[in-house]
Amino acid sequence: MKTAVIEFPGSNCDHDAYEWPLRLFGKPPERIWYTSRDLKKADLVIIPGGFSYGDYLRCGAMAARSPVMEEVKAHAERGGYVLGICNGFQILCESGFLPGALLKNRTLSFLCREVVLRCETADSPFTGALQKGSLMRVPIAHGDGNYYCDEKTLRRLLGEERVAFRYVSPEGRVCDEWNFNGSMDAIAGILSENRRVLGMMPHPERASEALLGSSDGAAVLRSAAKAIDEKNGAAKNG
Amino acid sequence: MVEPKVTVELAAAHGLNAEEWARLCTILGRVPTYPELGIFSVMWSEHCSYKSSRIHLKKFPTSGPLVLQGPGENAGVVDIGDGWAVCFKMESHNHPSYIEPYQGAATGVGGILRDVFTMGARPIANLNALAFGQPSHPKTPHLIKGVVAGIGDYGNCIGVPTVGGQVFFHPCYDGNILVNAFTLGLLRADKIFRGYASGAGNPVFYVGSKTGRDGIHGATMASAEFSDQTEQKRPTVQVGDPFTEKLLLEACLELMEQDAIVGIQDMGAAGLTSSSFEMAGRAGSGIRMELDKVPMRETGMTPYEILLSESQERMLIVAKKGSEEKVKKVFSKWGLDAVSIGEVTETGRAEIFWHGEKVVDMPVAPVSDQAPMYDRPRKQPSGYEEQRRLDLSALPDFRDPEDALMRMMGCPNLSSRRWVYTQYDQSVRTNTVFGPGSDAALVRIKGTKKAVAMSLDVNPRYCHLDPYEGSRLAVAEAARNIACTGAKPLAITDCLNFGNPERDHVMWEFAASVEGLSSACRELETPVVSGNVSFYNETNGEGIFPTPAVGMVGLLDDVDMRVPSSFQELGDVVILLGRTRGHLGGSEYLSLIHNIEKGTPPPLDGAKEKTLIELLQLLAKERLAHSMHDCSEGGLMVAVAECCFRPRGDDLGASISLQARGKRLDGLLFGEDATRVVASCSPESAQRIFDLARERGVEATPIGTVIPEKLALLIDGQPMATVSISELRARWEAGFPSLVSRL
Amino acid sequence: MKARVHVFLKEGVLDPQGKAVANALKTLGFEEILSVRQGKFFDIETSLLPKEGSEERLREYCKKLLANPVIENFKVEVVEP
Repeated sequence: MKTAVIEFPGSNCDHDAYEWPLRLFGKPPERIWYTSRDLKKADLVIIPGGFSYGDYLRCGAMAARSPVMEEVKAHAERGGYVLGICNGFQILCESGFLPGALLKNRTLSFLCREVVLRCETADSPFTGALQKGSLMRVPIAHGDGNYYCDEKTLRRLLGEERVAFRYVSPEGRVCDEWNFNGSMDAIAGILSENRRVLGMMPHPERASEALLGSSDGAAVLRSAAKAIDEKNGAAKNG
Repeated sequence: MVEPKVTVELAAAHGLNAEEWARLCTILGRVPTYPELGIFSVMWSEHCSYKSSRIHLKKFPTSGPLVLQGPGENAGVVDIGDGWAVCFKMESHNHPSYIEPYQGAATGVGGILRDVFTMGARPIANLNALAFGQPSHPKTPHLIKGVVAGIGDYGNCIGVPTVGGQVFFHPCYDGNILVNAFTLGLLRADKIFRGYASGAGNPVFYVGSKTGRDGIHGATMASAEFSDQTEQKRPTVQVGDPFTEKLLLEACLELMEQDAIVGIQDMGAAGLTSSSFEMAGRAGSGIRMELDKVPMRETGMTPYEILLSESQERMLIVAKKGSEEKVKKVFSKWGLDAVSIGEVTETGRAEIFWHGEKVVDMPVAPVSDQAPMYDRPRKQPSGYEEQRRLDLSALPDFRDPEDALMRMMGCPNLSSRRWVYTQYDQSVRTNTVFGPGSDAALVRIKGTKKAVAMSLDVNPRYCHLDPYEGSRLAVAEAARNIACTGAKPLAITDCLNFGNPERDHVMWEFAASVEGLSSACRELETPVVSGNVSFYNETNGEGIFPTPAVGMVGLLDDVDMRVPSSFQELGDVVILLGRTRGHLGGSEYLSLIHNIEKGTPPPLDGAKEKTLIELLQLLAKERLAHSMHDCSEGGLMVAVAECCFRPRGDDLGASISLQARGKRLDGLLFGEDATRVVASCSPESAQRIFDLARERGVEATPIGTVIPEKLALLIDGQPMATVSISELRARWEAGFPSLVSRL
Repeated sequence: MKARVHVFLKEGVLDPQGKAVANALKTLGFEEILSVRQGKFFDIETSLLPKEGSEERLREYCKKLLANPVIENFKVEVVEP
């Protein structure tokens, strides 16, 4: 699997996203500056968290309209894999890759804490190594992570099993108390129609080492690597 | 452009007294121009010149085998081995934060970050020490919300985790809150950048944001008392732009990778003036600048305004001649201005032009480092001895400690700070091993086995009752917090927050505090490598308690040796290290339960503290302790309760058995004797810990066992109290949100 | 030409900031408050001349960047020719 990390002015989880595949697989990703139009033939494009353009105007709005995103769009249309984390998820929604929007947290404040996620589908390249219903401990760190979409879109997301993760209690129940940002239906991450684009507010790249409190997040990248290597292998053999 | 006529009266309005006016006229050999008067007024302000404090600050121990850069630069630097070093400093932004809490606190964080990355270090951790007035004061909730949001939004946006700090409440801060921001950065030990303007002919670059009229005379504002009219000063508060600072940070670090920089300094307080004069002053050179080349955000700005503007997110760089294009290229990649506005000269003078006309022509050295120095009169405060007399004989001891413990856990000074720190990104950069809530924050250094520990501490009540001992206790507590993680204390930075130095009792407190910090730093071998003084924390003549905040940094050689602060295993033995005498003077208990703020702070034996700190490191190294937690504010019972609370809420309990031997129960449970730690270990390791402690003369007492769900207390073998941990936690968690929920 | 562009949340999209402002106003004694919706506006100076089609141009700004059609509506007005 070849990975690329997009860097916008104001991205600040780009280092963390860069070190993620490096730590897990020993393979450094390509760093792609936002003005570039070359994704360096990456299989997986990671749009990292942070405050692209200072979160000015709307979170992710200006980054969504930068040159590199046209290439990311072409990559996704070719069936490429894209993972947007936190601000990356906001950018994917702003660019229309994923439906809905991320509104201000219901607390009206930035929230950084560990949350419990429940995997809602194992049928995706990013969750293939997980069991449906399994729980992960991963941190959130955002001011605008309150997922919103209209009723019709929500019905469609549910019908197509495109909700990848929900915020749940440590026992695995969806409940208001553990849905800190107030997301609709406790949605923490969603998939694109072809399931190859995942946007999620929590930070799996910050939870991939026991030293830092949790290594549960590593499963997201391991799943993607497996899916991509299998696909590439099949292409080679086929 | 009409400029006011410069007179002794105008100088007085700029905060310069008659003596200083005479001195500056002598230096120039004439009456200054208006811009020159502006320069003198900010450079000789208390904030920039330390004119009242310098004579005392000389007493600090500032050197040691690991110190690579002591005070006098933008920040201090300490060697941590393997070619790495850490750069850190703490700075106050008290006055701006009181006037406009959100922007004041945000720009405080921005300023300290620049002080650190200007040294060539990538900031990897922020901490902050805050002090607010009493929670019932009408302004307090608004100030807390603004300050916390301001700190959070700035640090979060720039991507530096906020990993710890402290919050203290006391009525003495009703009109003067404290916002002390600390940043630590990581750099290669052989690549330290400094604020030097050397090499005649080298170009002087202005980089970063454009200049506007914000914050003009911020430095002189920080050097004056507040009055009820201060609200009108609102326009002088600067507005922070963390996005631009993030770009500036990346651009500066990228340029530092190339061989282009001679010297670099943040344009902080007193903006372009202080950065240019200080850089030229350090190098003993001169500087020539053309102000009309400065990128400006507003029209019609005058030389005076450009020189004194405190617009944020700007730096001054002296580049190597011939590397101009390198500088411009890097900054243009990041979308920032980089304009050559002048050059270094060998005249020793600052010559500043405005559209070809020379508006400033003055010698650098007398302005930058021959500012007035005062040995201001000092006198013990009246009533000092009286407030230190504490007679407990009239105070009834309690028979039921449950109620006191419940109230203590939920009180403003001891309750959980979760409401605060969940607004800070604690985990960005994936280095945070222990974040807020731990005794000290612990941040690992990637590519090594090392981790850096950091703690900010001061107990203002102790410092009020005895500035000397209180300051020593602040250093000791910080070092103990560092050692509780297993790390070795290395060095400190400090932020000395005091009242008006022109009052003799404030100066007495200041001098005593500096003596105290110096003595403790000598005893614990932790030199002072950077710091900041904030005077004039007074409103309508009411000063704050002396508040010397200490920021200690330590090193853990192997992060696998780290020790958490909360209990880990059922059945573990709970051990108290250090001796309990039951000292109640200056305690949170006396203040909260009996409304008494009297007595002396607990005595500190520096040698004993040092031995305990070394023992803690040994227990970590030998992996004997499962947890270690400092026992300080709130005393032993509060410390044990805190050990029961675990970060994920899967709390444990403890059964604690103490011997009163006829002593007061309140002193036994809530006394604040220094040099104590609550540790836990497996039953198999306990004997080894007792042996190691005994060999070193540290008292070690088994006081109980880790159990589920409850905190049970036995005194002299008799059951005294049983509290449910979930109730205790609920009380502890509810305390802070209830303070801020009032609008 | 100078223009002002208003961007506001669509009806039905929760506006926690507006709600907080409404509560704050009520706490301050303005009991007549029924609801508050918070929006933003942009003052824009352009070299456009106010003629047929210039408002359409302003709407383009909104569709391309200033508003998020998933959650926001907008309104454009020419302030000064």
